[in-house]
Amino acid sequence: MLETINRLILPQVSSTFAADVDGLFTFINVASAIILLGITVAIIYFSVKYKRKSEDDVTPVIRYNTTLELTWTIIPLILILIVFAWGFRGHIDMRTPPSNAYEVYVTANSFFWQFTYPNGVQTTDELYVPAGRPVKLIMQSRDVIHSFFVPDFRVKQDVLPGRYTTAWFQTLGTGEHVIFCTEYCGSGHSDMDGMVYAIEPEEFDAWLREQKELSEQELPLAVLGQNLYQQQGCAGCHSLDGNVVIGPSFQGLYMDERQGADGSSRVADEDYLRESINNPGEFITSGFNNIMPGYSYLSEDQVSAIIEFIKEQQ
Amino acid sequence: MANINATPGESHLAHHFVDSEQQFDSSKLGMWIFLVTEVLFFGGLFVAYIVYRSWNPELFYMSAKELSTIMGAINTVVLIGSSLTIALAVRAAQLNQQANISRYLIATILLACVFLVIKYFEYTSKFAVGILPGELYTYTGIDHPGAPIFFSIYYMMTGLHGIHVIIGIGLMVYLLVKTRQGSYNAAYFTPVEITALYWHLVDLIWIFLFPLLYLIE
Amino acid sequence: MSAATKDFKIREFPVEENPKEHYLNAASGLKSWLFTVDHKRIGLMYLASIIFFFFVGGLLALALRLELWEPARTFMDADTYNRVFTLHGAVMVFLFIIPSIPAALGNFFLPMMLGAKDVAFPKLNLLSFWIYSFGALFTLYSIAHGGVDTGWTFYTPYSTSTGTAVISMTLGVFIMGFSSILTGINFIVTVHKMRAPGQTWGKLPLFIWSLYATAIIQVLATPVLAITLLLLIMERTLGVGIFDPALGGDPVLYQHFFWFYSHPAVYIMIVPAFGIISEIISTFSKKTIFGYWLIALSSLAIAFTGFLVWGHHMFVSGQSELSTIIFSFLTFFVGIPTGIKILNWVATMYKGSIDMKTPMLYAMMFLFLFSIGGFTGIMLGALSVNVHLHDTYYVVAHFHYVMMGGTVFAFLAGIHYWWPKMTGKMYNELWAKIASVVLFIGFNVTFLPQFVMGSQGMPRRYYSYIEQFQTLHQTSTVGSWVLGLGFIIVGIYLTISLFSKANKASSNPWGARALEWMSSSPPPHHNFNHTPVVLHNPYDFHKPISEFRLGIDGSDNHHEHTEVAQTQPAEKS
Repeated sequence: MLETINRLILPQVSSTFAADVDGLFTFINVASAIILLGITVAIIYFSVKYKRKSEDDVTPVIRYNTTLELTWTIIPLILILIVFAWGFRGHIDMRTPPSNAYEVYVTANSFFWQFTYPNGVQTTDELYVPAGRPVKLIMQSRDVIHSFFVPDFRVKQDVLPGRYTTAWFQTLGTGEHVIFCTEYCGSGHSDMDGMVYAIEPEEFDAWLREQKELSEQELPLAVLGQNLYQQQGCAGCHSLDGNVVIGPSFQGLYMDERQGADGSSRVADEDYLRESINNPGEFITSGFNNIMPGYSYLSEDQVSAIIEFIKEQQ
Repeated sequence: MANINATPGESHLAHHFVDSEQQFDSSKLGMWIFLVTEVLFFGGLFVAYIVYRSWNPELFYMSAKELSTIMGAINTVVLIGSSLTIALAVRAAQLNQQANISRYLIATILLACVFLVIKYFEYTSKFAVGILPGELYTYTGIDHPGAPIFFSIYYMMTGLHGIHVIIGIGLMVYLLVKTRQGSYNAAYFTPVEITALYWHLVDLIWIFLFPLLYLIE
Repeated sequence: MSAATKDFKIREFPVEENPKEHYLNAASGLKSWLFTVDHKRIGLMYLASIIFFFFVGGLLALALRLELWEPARTFMDADTYNRVFTLHGAVMVFLFIIPSIPAALGNFFLPMMLGAKDVAFPKLNLLSFWIYSFGALFTLYSIAHGGVDTGWTFYTPYSTSTGTAVISMTLGVFIMGFSSILTGINFIVTVHKMRAPGQTWGKLPLFIWSLYATAIIQVLATPVLAITLLLLIMERTLGVGIFDPALGGDPVLYQHFFWFYSHPAVYIMIVPAFGIISEIISTFSKKTIFGYWLIALSSLAIAFTGFLVWGHHMFVSGQSELSTIIFSFLTFFVGIPTGIKILNWVATMYKGSIDMKTPMLYAMMFLFLFSIGGFTGIMLGALSVNVHLHDTYYVVAHFHYVMMGGTVFAFLAGIHYWWPKMTGKMYNELWAKIASVVLFIGFNVTFLPQFVMGSQGMPRRYYSYIEQFQTLHQTSTVGSWVLGLGFIIVGIYLTISLFSKANKASSNPWGARALEWMSSSPPPHHNFNHTPVVLHNPYDFHKPISEFRLGIDGSDNHHEHTEVAQTQPAEKS
């Protein structure tokens, strides 16, 4: 029965340490439920049994009972020591990645995840991992604090600017698992989700090679721009159909006259777009917040490609 | 437990106290607790100091050399002297020497002003070379990227301490006016006593600040 | 001290029922309220303010729940939603729950329970209220200027980079901190120095013990919040860089500073509630409290332990592994004194004479809800489980069970318990019971589903969510409407009771033994018309009530001249 309840209230078990976490979860729930039931029954029983009969009721003077006090100090003490030890052991597992783990670099941005694989391939919001192999994530944020959370794996770790934090997991099989950002990071916090695709190791190797080849192809600028639009997470905030998501839509943006929050206005020519990519805070269009991170790490070619792509969105 | 025999006719006694002793004890205890909160208030900055010093020991060594140890040392002597004079003011009140209360209060105020004047010269000489807090920092004499952080901590600690000195001067001017009106005597000198407690703490904090900021070897 | 050596006679002072003169009509006009130094009036002004802010925070909560009806947009955009949840948190924490029990009920009853005429520093007490109001104005100002979207925790570097009114908000919180500190100092000194003759530490009501423990936390923790917010303000205005990784700083340090205050602050919110529950369970069971010293000292133990566990908010923040483990270990030790309290309260009911009046009903609900809050706290303290549950709705549900199921239900219990004493009026018992049941149902319908959502992985502070969670969110939203209805009923019958003429309360409607009930309802201007003397423990229900009404023969607390005397400058002596 406990198993049925757990399946209703917990996500699926998809990593090696998920079962241990769920075991402790169940233990605490059962122990708590028994004690809570005891307290509730005692309250109701006393309320009925010792209901006031008259205003002159006389009650016994019971000030203290050492045996009783010791009992309800020591029993909870034992319980919490069990819980601590259990949680501690599980935590040590979570914090100790095996030395043969496959390493992926993770960069968190407002509001998307970038994953960089050892051969240089980059993906956005989609993490491909070899199923059944330990995977270690080495994570850093480019702006504010984010947190990487995969409920199915019971894995969570804050991602900080200016230093690396790590997390690891080993899936139990193939499957798709949702990623959430769980450290509040602003307007697009709840849209900052992604997917983990655990695929067979051979399939994974093939996928990785294929991606590598794709990235090395000579592409027309606008197509390269379109790829960057997806990879760099532009798509999270800037639509192509005129809808305002978080930032201005790219549709009809090129050569449009932009009204600034400070009252000035500028025409969205190539120079304007370049500045807005590298240093977005310089000119904020009225009605929008200054929340976009700068992309000055992109190469000149990449920036030109994105501008070319924007110019096509008329 | 408080004395239950009310002694009416003492004008300084607030209506809700039973007697002067209870009122004096309460005020003094209140001030002590307030001083605990002050220590914790500065404690936050001391923790920030300790953390950054342990991360960047060489930065703190390099930056401390920019500070004028002589001026800091003079200020330490000045503040210790002012602690002595305010203690003498309390003593004078206990002995009912009205004129001496005023004299020692004036001496304390003057010493506090000397402290601020020296601090002013210290600050302006730093400002002149571009040593300013945070992103206003433009000085190039220290070859360390974290130099603005040291001076931000320096300005916040000494600035907060300076605000406490100014508040102290205000309190003592108030005491001086009330002393001139003859409000304090051997039977009632609670405000003098608790202001002195406050002033000793201001002094004590400086005694910690001076070696931590100026004397890093 | 010298009192022990002096002889004085004591006699019983009968209590005047429905007095013509009392603190409410001792003076009239707006100025007599705004510039009063009477702790009872200051308590009522706090009460009015916090009820106003509870109303504001409650409306914001209803708006949040309504927005979560649909997985995507229901009626507001993401930026508005982020501002609304930030304000809901900040208003409820800083403007409502921290001052709620100590500043409103504590101010009113602490001096009365000690047999004092006022707190030790009445003017400072008034100043606290004004500082609180001033800070509240800053908060309202920042709401009017676009609000704040950082969450009530103001985590850096988001709070130093967002474009919203962070400075005025944090300045408001900074200012209100001083109000909290001054109230704490006032209470500690009052408990130490203003107790009635005969009232030893072992005869203090447990509400006083809990307020005393709370005051210690307020005094020790709040200054650290003040300096943290000051650093944050400096960081925003001057770019100081202490929390900014780009300048060599560390955002995790901010979290350490913040939680060093804000974890003890949780106990500022809940420990006073324990005091109310002790008073009520003993009174309505008409029985000596079981384990007096354990309950009293466990408050202090919780206050002390509370300073050592702040890091359990940061298990996944990137703090060192060693500190994570130590903080987890220490966290469990808060559970022990808390469990002892709950079981002592239940044991008090054994063989009692239980009268299930509204305050007692709320106290029973408190025991149930707060126990759930406590158990889920143990769950969150367990390291490996915490990694999964951290920053999900599980945490949201947990702290609402503690803060709302615990503190707010205890606050409601306290309001209903002391309403006759404060106002001299009785409320409608039937409606009060109906409302309590509505609130209990509404509360559980709102927050139980959030435990399930959180366990399934629904992160908190999410404007939109995946459709899997919609049923649970909608259940929770319906629950919030039931809660709202419950509070409307409470508001209506309490207001009616104020203006109705027929329902005058007696001086001691519950047959309690603590000192505040030995004064008239409402109490006179100086609480008692004599100097009270305490011979018994306030829970000695086996002793006749007349022995609790003793005072010093010949003493006279009437000070009709004092109001005049205070307006004159101090005389030379």
